[in-house]
Amino acid sequence: MEQNLEAITFTIDGVEVQGMPGQTILEAAEEAGIYVPRLCQLKGITPHGSCRVCTVKVGGSWTCAACTQPIYEGMEVDNSSEEIQTLRKDLVEMLFTEGNHYCMFCDKSGNCELQAMAYRMGIMAPKYPYIYPEAELDASHPDLFIDRNRCILCARCVNTAQEQDGKSVFDFAGRGPHKKIIVNGEKLSDTQLAAADKAADACPVGAILPKKGAYAKPVGARDYDDAPIGSDIEAKVCK
Amino acid sequence: MSKPKVATAALSGCFGCHMSILDIDERILDLIEVVDFHKSPINDIKTFTERCAIGIIEGGCCNEENVAVLQDFRKNCDILISFGDCATMGGVPALRNGIPLKECLDEAYIDGPTVHNPNKVVPNDRELPLLLNKVRPCQEIVKIDYSLPGCPPSADTLWEALNALLADKPVDLPYELIKFD
Repeated sequence: MEQNLEAITFTIDGVEVQGMPGQTILEAAEEAGIYVPRLCQLKGITPHGSCRVCTVKVGGSWTCAACTQPIYEGMEVDNSSEEIQTLRKDLVEMLFTEGNHYCMFCDKSGNCELQAMAYRMGIMAPKYPYIYPEAELDASHPDLFIDRNRCILCARCVNTAQEQDGKSVFDFAGRGPHKKIIVNGEKLSDTQLAAADKAADACPVGAILPKKGAYAKPVGARDYDDAPIGSDIEAKVCK
Repeated sequence: MSKPKVATAALSGCFGCHMSILDIDERILDLIEVVDFHKSPINDIKTFTERCAIGIIEGGCCNEENVAVLQDFRKNCDILISFGDCATMGGVPALRNGIPLKECLDEAYIDGPTVHNPNKVVPNDRELPLLLNKVRPCQEIVKIDYSLPGCPPSADTLWEALNALLADKPVDLPYELIKFD
C-alpha cells in the first residue's frame, strides 16, 4: 500500500490494515478486502448502527458497531473470533424470530440481505422462540408496497429518503417491540415516495418492494444463490 | 448386524418435504441397502415397535396430535431432524398465527364465500384433534438435533445429511444447500 503520512495503522484479527482519519472500522476494513457483516449500513448513507450485526471487539475489551466507530492508531479489532461470530449469529437469529419472515413466498428471497446473512452464518433454525408479531401491510401506493412483517428496522429507507431523495417519507414510531416504520401521511400513497426514488431500493429485506417485476430473476441467477454475501468485498484482497 | 432404522412423520405441512425425500430418485436403492425405513407415511407403518436411529420430521405443530406424534418420535429416535421450513419456523400454516383461532375457524366453516353450512357448526367431533392457538416449529416442542431448512429442502440436502449421520459425522451443509426457499 502507498505510504501516506496521514494514514492510520491498526489491526483486524492481527493483520495490519491502513485507513484514513475519519474512516470507520467498516469502511477501512472494506478497502482492505475484509468483510464485516452488516445489514443496516448502506454506502453513502449516514451509518445508523442499529442492527449491530457489524459488532466487533476492540482492544480485547469492548464491543462496538464497526459502521459507526472511527479508527485510531494502534487499534486492535477482533472481527472473527468465535465470541464475536456467535454474538452476531444470535443477533441475526433474533431478527428472524422478531419478524414474520416467510422466505418461501417472499419475492425478495435469493436477493435478501437478511436471508443471505443467515446463509453465510450457517443458521439452520433460530434457537429463540418465534414471536409471530402482528404487523401491517400497506399496498396503497400504485408502484410500491411496504410489508412491516419483514421489516428489520434498519432505517435505510428513512435515511435514504431524507439524505438522497430529499423527502421525508419514512420515520420510526414506538419503542421496543412496538417500534415500527411509519409513513408521512395516512398511508404510503399519501407520501411523495416514487418508484424511481433511491429509498424504494434501499430495503435490505422484502419490506419495501416494487409491485411489478416480482420473481424476475430465476432461482440460480439470484444475488446470493452461489456466492455468500460479502464475497465481493473479500475478493478484493487478491488485487 | 441389523441396519439402522429411519422413521419419518408429516405433521402440519404439505407433504412437499416427503416428496423431496422421494426426489433422491434412484439413490433410494442405495439408501435401503444401508437403512431400513420404520414408521413412515411412505410405508404406512403406524406405530413404533423398535428404536430408530434417525427420525425425520416434516411440518410444525398445529394441533395436539402433531405434538403427541412429535413427542413419540423424540422418545423413539436417537437423532431427530426437523426437515423443511414448516418444521423449523412454522411455515405457511403459521400464517394463521396473526389471526385469532375462532376467526380462522369461522372463516373456514361459516363465513367463507364458498362455504355451504346451513347449521353453522364448526366441526367439533371428539375424534378431531384440538387445534393449538398458534402453530409452533418443532424445536419449540421437543429437543431437535438437526434442522434442515428449505421449502422443501432439496433431495441433495437430505442426502448429504443422511450420509453424514450414517458415517457418524456431524451434519455440516455446504453453502449451496442452505436455502430458506
